[in-house]
Amino acid sequence: MAKLLHMPEVSANATHAAIQNWTLKEGDTISAGDCIAEIETEKALVELAAEEDAVLGKILVEPGREVEVGAPIGVLFARGETDVDIAALLAKAGALAAANEPVVDDAPVLQPRAEVTPAIDAHSGRIFASPLARRLAAAKGLDLASLKGSGPNGRIVKRDVEAVAVAAAVAAPTPVSTVDFDEIPHSSMRKTIARRLVESKATVPHFYLDVECRMEPLLALREQVNRTAARKISINDFIVKAAAVALQQVPAMNVTWTETALRRYHQADVCVAVSTESGLITPVVRNADSKALSQISAQVAELAGRARDGRLRPEEYQGGSFTISNLGMFGVEQFSAIINPPHAAILAVGATQQKPVVENGELKVGAVLRCTLSVDHRAVDGALAAQWLAVFKGLMENPLGMLI
Amino acid sequence: MSEMKFDLIVVGGGPGGYVAAIRASQLGLRTALVEKAQLGGVCLNWGCIPTKALLRSADVLRLIGSAGSFGIEVGPARPDLKAIVKRSRDVAAQLHRGVSGLMKKHRVQVFNGHARLDGPQRLKVSGEQGELSLNAPHIILATGARARVLPGMEPDGKHFWSYRQALVPDSVPKRLVIIGGGAIGIEFASFYHALGAQVSVVEMAERILPVEDHEVSAHVAQALVRDGIRLYTGCALQGSKVEQGAVQLRLEGNSNETLQADVVLVAAGIVGNVEELGLEGTGVKVQHTHVLVDEFCRTGEPGVYAIGDLAGAPWLAHKASHEAVICVEKIAGQNPHPLDPRSVPACTYSHPQVASVGYTEAQARSAGKTLKVGKFPFAANGKAIAMGATEGFVKVVFDADSGELLGAHMVGEEVTEMIQGYTIARGLETTEAELIESILPHPTMSEAMHEAVLAAYERALHC
Ligand SMILES: Cc1cc2nc3c(=O)[nH]c(=O)nc-3n(C[C@H](O)[C@H](O)[C@H](O)COP(=O)(O)OP(=O)(O)OC[C@H]3O[C@@H](n4cnc5c(N)ncnc54)[C@H](O)[C@@H]3O)c2cc1C
Repeated sequence: MAKLLHMPEVSANATHAAIQNWTLKEGDTISAGDCIAEIETEKALVELAAEEDAVLGKILVEPGREVEVGAPIGVLFARGETDVDIAALLAKAGALAAANEPVVDDAPVLQPRAEVTPAIDAHSGRIFASPLARRLAAAKGLDLASLKGSGPNGRIVKRDVEAVAVAAAVAAPTPVSTVDFDEIPHSSMRKTIARRLVESKATVPHFYLDVECRMEPLLALREQVNRTAARKISINDFIVKAAAVALQQVPAMNVTWTETALRRYHQADVCVAVSTESGLITPVVRNADSKALSQISAQVAELAGRARDGRLRPEEYQGGSFTISNLGMFGVEQFSAIINPPHAAILAVGATQQKPVVENGELKVGAVLRCTLSVDHRAVDGALAAQWLAVFKGLMENPLGMLI
Repeated sequence: MSEMKFDLIVVGGGPGGYVAAIRASQLGLRTALVEKAQLGGVCLNWGCIPTKALLRSADVLRLIGSAGSFGIEVGPARPDLKAIVKRSRDVAAQLHRGVSGLMKKHRVQVFNGHARLDGPQRLKVSGEQGELSLNAPHIILATGARARVLPGMEPDGKHFWSYRQALVPDSVPKRLVIIGGGAIGIEFASFYHALGAQVSVVEMAERILPVEDHEVSAHVAQALVRDGIRLYTGCALQGSKVEQGAVQLRLEGNSNETLQADVVLVAAGIVGNVEELGLEGTGVKVQHTHVLVDEFCRTGEPGVYAIGDLAGAPWLAHKASHEAVICVEKIAGQNPHPLDPRSVPACTYSHPQVASVGYTEAQARSAGKTLKVGKFPFAANGKAIAMGATEGFVKVVFDADSGELLGAHMVGEEVTEMIQGYTIARGLETTEAELIESILPHPTMSEAMHEAVLAAYERALHC
């Protein structure tokens, strides 16, 4: 008998999802276990597998359209079945669905004006706006942070304030602007990133600690290892390992905050931020402290590769208490990162740079790596975080210590 | 006939055209430029630059004439017209060669010849070596403009001049009448007066430099009259005839005199070079000899653009160059901002000099704005007194509500070098607050710019 195919709950808490791609077309025969479609969730692409033998009778939702979890997305015919009253099937399902209509309206987390990118420096929070724009905005009671800047490097200038003022005055549905732009609809992944980062920055009290690590011993060791290793070990692999070992040595740091209790973990699972075309995702390296560098290296590469293809399974990016975000390959010297909830800390890693250093009262050139730790103050106090950072620095500067 | 392909072709090698070519090359476009006369256009060869060279000679002569007031005794200074003109031509030639060098440096292929549109994306170039066909999806027209010719006063190099003849005189006319009291007319009035000609200026509008602020026009008029230049404003030409080697010019309006002139210099505006460009039958629209364009210099014909003097007022080299950059960046898919005509500074290099940007006081008032206006005379500026350069003033116009600097107007020595301060302030959208907080070096004439802002807010210190 024909059956409706419903949008599955592909990841916890997701209320909506979209079909990225139907892998079969109407009329195709399906065997149990076949992939019928790929579903884009907030974090990854998930395959929708057939539970039993059938025929894909009708596709109800075109790719890209987001629908509620549980909504009908297609109709499966029994093999050999032809004469199916799809309308009746849907009507029946509709009656059922109406009965369970959720009361809570899951409104989009981001207000419409969020499509306006504010000209705000992520680090200092400074808003770039001309003096005239500031004064006009103040006079009109407009919040500068809500404006999109069209001046050089996104600076908010007079015309931006006037455009918004005009738009507000006529309550035009589209913003009046003299600038050309394209609107790229948010993917569910982008929405999740936005929601979680806003939540983190707004509700988690961040504090930041900055440390410089001398890198000569680690660079020498790495060179030695890489001379014989089957796969090259990156500096980042050492950092993952050092962070995990440090979490084991300072277990009070290996925690997450929950409303009722502090959750202390027994194993050191370290997440690594991977930037993909559709956004940021943080696959997790479990038990990183007890893994060999070559294992960490292989696993990070493998996870990152699949992350970029959107093919991570939820358990591969959920969990952990600690994140590492490395922008060193872009030549960034130092930055501070937003904590990835529910983690209690994130380590922002810059590039190893040749810098003047003072050693025994003498000026020398040294290889220096700057790391900035962002910490959730609810879960971890300053002294504890500093202690962890000292252990981490010690491991980085005496890397043999993390191998034994 | 062979055909060569480019990403972009520019027609005309003036400050509009050659800048467009350089910017296009910087953005990675394969670029060609067609010029029928000389690279550098009017600006380098027959406009901005050679006039400034002549006026510099006039300044030196005037300074030597006032040497006594600085405690320097010199004999009588005597201008050598031949040498003055030669210097002006040498300066132009040097810059002309500079532009050729720039084209090579930026790998812009230059074709000598007359270009005209020849179907979509195609130009026909006719030069000494014959005809050539060029092809590009984007064609920028920057053919500039030329002096307007008044009927019966066609330039003959003898009694009637355009600016071309005025730049290369054999002798200084005894009686010179200049038709037109705009920037070009007033600059030539200053030059020929300094060299000893008896100069009269006829202007149809009620004041000279009619696009400038009223107070600026009035101050310059007073200074010119004091020096001995005759001004006939609010006067139309009734007719002219050549009699016994002199031109008789009959005026009508505020004066009904008949002026006697050995030479008449016609500086009564310009007309765009829209002819023989192959515009007929294309979507390019021409109005009053200028090509109509949108804010990114696009004409009504896809792939055809117009910039500079060809595309209309203000007829200034820096406006042409700025449009060039905007136009090319838009073509290259960047996001340039349209040119704000109120942020284009304008300068007249007469004696005294004039420089301005933005709204005049009258324009600001008729735009319905509430104003704060401040003025500061160079006579109250220490450096100006020490320099013996107390002529003139600085005037600023602010929007009283927002503190926006609406306009700035200056008369006096080297004010053309100072106006950029206000231009940048306008560009950065500073309000009076930042200008008041800025520290200007002492002693400089630019302190008057600070004082004028203070004066607008009733807090000038030295006046
Ligand atoms: C006496 C005088 C003084 C001036 N002083 C100043 C000043 O102080 N400051 C200022 O900003 N401006 C000044 N100007 C104005 C300034 O010169 C012009 O605004 C400027 O030159 C415009 O640049 P453009 O590139 O649009 O055109 P142009 O400089 O006129 O260049 C156009 C070029 O196109 C070429 N051309 C035309 N038709 C064709 C064709 N069909 N094929 C190939 N080539 C062609 C011409 O030969 C010319 O070289 C002055 C002008 C004059 C006359």
